[in-house]
Amino acid sequence: MAWFRKEKTPLEAVGEKNVKTEGLWTKCDGCRQIVWKKDLEEGGNVCPKCGYHFRLDARTRLQMLFDGEWTEFDQDLGSSDPLHFVDLKPYPQKLAAARKATGLRDALIAAQGTLASRPVAICSMEIGFIGGSMGAVVGEMIARSIDRCLAGNMPLVIVSASGGARMQEGAISLMQLAKVSGGLARMHERGIPYISVLADPTTGGVTASYAMLGDLNIAEPGALIGFAGPRVIQQTIRQKLPEGFQRSEFLLKKGMLDAIVPRKELKTYIARALDFCCAPTTASVTAS
Amino acid sequence: MPNDPSHTRRELDAMETQLRELRQQMGVKPDPEAQKRVDTLSGLVGDLRHDLESQVETAWQRVKLARHPQRPYFLDYCGYIFDDFSEIHGDRGYADDPAIVCAMARLNGREVLAVGQQKGRNTKDNVLRNFGMPRPEGYRKAIRVMQFAAKFRRPILTFLDTPGAWHGMDAEERGQGEAIARNLREMSRLGVPIVVTVIGEGGSGGALGLGVGNRVLILENAVYSVISPESCAAIVWRDSAQAELAAGALKLTAPDLLSLKLVDEIVPEPHGGAQLDHRATADMLKPVLERHVAELEKMSPQQLIDHRYEKFRRMGQFFESPQAAGGR
Ligand SMILES: [Zn+2]
Repeated sequence: MAWFRKEKTPLEAVGEKNVKTEGLWTKCDGCRQIVWKKDLEEGGNVCPKCGYHFRLDARTRLQMLFDGEWTEFDQDLGSSDPLHFVDLKPYPQKLAAARKATGLRDALIAAQGTLASRPVAICSMEIGFIGGSMGAVVGEMIARSIDRCLAGNMPLVIVSASGGARMQEGAISLMQLAKVSGGLARMHERGIPYISVLADPTTGGVTASYAMLGDLNIAEPGALIGFAGPRVIQQTIRQKLPEGFQRSEFLLKKGMLDAIVPRKELKTYIARALDFCCAPTTASVTAS
Repeated sequence: MPNDPSHTRRELDAMETQLRELRQQMGVKPDPEAQKRVDTLSGLVGDLRHDLESQVETAWQRVKLARHPQRPYFLDYCGYIFDDFSEIHGDRGYADDPAIVCAMARLNGREVLAVGQQKGRNTKDNVLRNFGMPRPEGYRKAIRVMQFAAKFRRPILTFLDTPGAWHGMDAEERGQGEAIARNLREMSRLGVPIVVTVIGEGGSGGALGLGVGNRVLILENAVYSVISPESCAAIVWRDSAQAELAAGALKLTAPDLLSLKLVDEIVPEPHGGAQLDHRATADMLKPVLERHVAELEKMSPQQLIDHRYEKFRRMGQFFESPQAAGGR
């Protein structure tokens, strides 16, 4: 367990790695224009020219959502490679490389802090860690977060960014879908709010589990969201997919999302939703 | 199919029968030379049998058996296991998905709900059943009907046999992920016994969508995996032809899953595989289902819910050490 302050450098350091590749400029994937990296970062990694949402690392996401300090939990959990999975590279080597690149033990940070003065648990997925895949560690970290929410009657936010279940842990990964969904059932019965935020990309098993089980399922603009990935669908149906298929806007139109929320409004939206779901906090009562 | 183990097994069975008959013909005082030749042949057949068995042990052989076109499917079992079978159709929202079949059934006089993924036996059948790959409305039908069963306190038996949930545009548009997710959450809160049996291919989330039970059983040659060996091979080796290797790496066989504590019991199949004798397979499965339902019926609705939750809550292996993550 460690305390972090907004000002502390390790937080920024991880954030910079994803966006600051080299130099002061970067090319936007959305509009193909050259944008100042400084402008980009100041705008929450959203293109100032076209509004394209760059991917965020797990910790920068927490920084954006929490009021200030937060506590991280279960950072001592690690995969034990239960299958002894070997492909081109043994799984432990793949894990080691991902740990080095992200500074995380696995593809998720389980945190607790306040959001608009309300205590909340936030689980933030790290897409840079083996594609944000979910194995036993991610499953367990979410399950323990749910346990803490149940014990403390505390709302939960999960920000998904994942390619799905982690292949290298086989059926163990698969069962995490059921494990987490069972925990969410308990929260559901207790009337404790759970907000699911779907960031780019949220696909595979995660979509068939907690990402779609929020009291509200909200997505960032332009996020790829689907059970099957576009490549798999294309192979199955042997035809090209229409433009925008499986993007947030498409899902909203099909009735699969409650809202699309731009990054800069995300915190306000979640705070508003929690106001709707929960009794007012002492802080918000005294403030008004 | 020269590499089909069931094929070779039948040949070996025939050879053994012939050898037995030869021995009988030779009587109590056989010619020593003939005796010697029969013994040699017996040894040879025994060796072949041994080789074959160890070969079948390999994951890939089991994958092939799990997908065998003659393997019994859900409705085949229903015919042998249940005394009555009255189907319930439709999700009351969009359609009836024939890739999942739900029915009120009787298991030795006991009212149960049977829910299973259904593959087709021929092309026409497979068009109807979509090769056992359900669409969102299939999962929605299943949970609706399971809630109906729970309301009237009837145990639920589900049977998993699918290559996976359907990967089509239509399924995505109607929320395939949401449908499966909802089933996982809702199945975990039903206050009746749920016994899950993997009878063939347990294809990832598509199978798990009916798979949250107090007991999870698996037939001897069935498999249960997070991804198909072909897709795994395509990702890892960029070559789906390496599926045999992937099948081994994924630890998807019944003994693997038992040792990983993801299933509770392996249900034996007739020698050579379920495809050789549907009735015998069903006869072996039926008492196992009855035993588990009887055991679970002793629990209260809340105990059943808690038991199911705890069962899945325990799944997963990881280490816990105080060492800080990554570079910190
Ligand atoms: Zn742009």
